[in-house]
Amino acid sequence: MSILKVSNIRKSFGKTEVLKDISFTLEKGEVLSIIGSSGSGKTTLLRCLNFLETINNGKIEVDDEILYDSGSNVRMTDEKIRENRLNFGLVFQNFNLFPQYTVLQNLTLAPTLLKKGTPEEIENKAREIIKSVGLEEKVDFYPCQLSGGQQQRVAIARALALNPKILFFDEPTSALDPELTQEVLNVIRELKDKGCTMVIVTHEMDFARHVSDKVIFMADGVIEEQGTPEDVLVNPKSERTKAFLNKLG
Amino acid sequence: MTFLEVTAFLFDGFKISLLIFAVTLLCGAPLGLPIAFCSMSRFKIVKSITKVIVWVVRGIPLMLQIFIIYYVPGLLFDYQIFGKIDRFMFIEYGLPDMGRITAVLIAFTINYACYFSEIYRGGIESISKGQYEAGYVLGLTKSQIFRKIILKQVVQRIVPPMSNEIITLIKDTALANCIMVCEIIKNAKELAATKAMIWPLFFTGVFYLVFVGILTVVLGKAEKKLSYFRS
Repeated sequence: MSILKVSNIRKSFGKTEVLKDISFTLEKGEVLSIIGSSGSGKTTLLRCLNFLETINNGKIEVDDEILYDSGSNVRMTDEKIRENRLNFGLVFQNFNLFPQYTVLQNLTLAPTLLKKGTPEEIENKAREIIKSVGLEEKVDFYPCQLSGGQQQRVAIARALALNPKILFFDEPTSALDPELTQEVLNVIRELKDKGCTMVIVTHEMDFARHVSDKVIFMADGVIEEQGTPEDVLVNPKSERTKAFLNKLG
Repeated sequence: MTFLEVTAFLFDGFKISLLIFAVTLLCGAPLGLPIAFCSMSRFKIVKSITKVIVWVVRGIPLMLQIFIIYYVPGLLFDYQIFGKIDRFMFIEYGLPDMGRITAVLIAFTINYACYFSEIYRGGIESISKGQYEAGYVLGLTKSQIFRKIILKQVVQRIVPPMSNEIITLIKDTALANCIMVCEIIKNAKELAATKAMIWPLFFTGVFYLVFVGILTVVLGKAEKKLSYFRS
């Protein structure tokens, strides 16, 4: 049984079709890396799966539960969309932390508003997660007092605070200096060791190769190639994949 | 007239200036918020109507708006509605009625609400989409996102332009003397006309300066208090 099953997703903005018939599955505990050049639809795919965009066609299933099916006539209420979103966590390229809240408050805000436990339970859990990303000394700092790498680790912690079934990353290290990239990648690696199911849009080929169980190469809104990191990154079959990897050197 | 008597007489007028200032701020600032939301509405018709209203109110001199609001109801309905309100509000203070103050308060409130609404709109639209999206993916509702995440960032951003507007407001209250409301400059002109004293007119500047000084300190403190985060 797959934890995530995506079937025939299509998405257009006006007349431009950005996603053309995307299908893939993901097993529990697996890490999927999505690679491809800018404009290939990677980020749009992630945004569609998190219901930040509405897909025009296709089906999204989590644990065999249908979250969205363009074939059914069920109207998506705001309530249902919010419920759907809670299956997933999303970490943004530019963190999007809430600047007026401390690190701890960034983590406790949503669980508190969604009444996910008593204030003590929520706070204890938040402190535990902050510790797990190595920022226990920064709990009372504001985001503007942290480095980019630390901010991204807080953003990951914030997503984890709601116990998502799958954690999505949208180019989590693209806004970071090279020396800060590693600390974020290490956190992601540790999450994999803990059995966290993740989907990562990334340009870090080495990271994709060593951490992921599965790689998808996207080009022009289609999945050009998918398979193990070995298959896609070392022995690509498709010419476009080869060209893309060559360009990266 | 002694210096103290003149000062007391001018201060009586300044109390009216302060009244106009306070009412405009207390009514205009909250009224600006629904106007701001309407000017950002998804419904085209609501948006267009609001934009036209804001255009008219910001496009006509405030003095002219005071004349319009003071004279037009009487011309149309031959009935002193504002006079009734004025009497109801001020009669025991022995202030002049005839609806002058009420008309001024209404004109100021509408005018400033429109200016405030544009500041609010600018503040709200300047918050990055990412802040909303971060809230969405955490399963929050639109209203939770606005109240708990967006609002404080907007407040931080609009304090400087609001301070500007608030400082302009106290000086704009002088416009009320165009319909003979006894604010401070009207009182000073009366001294010039009846006692041939011109210096009180210039002396009124001191009242404004002191009050603006206090405002500057208070608003500066507010700005500083909100500067603990950077958005």
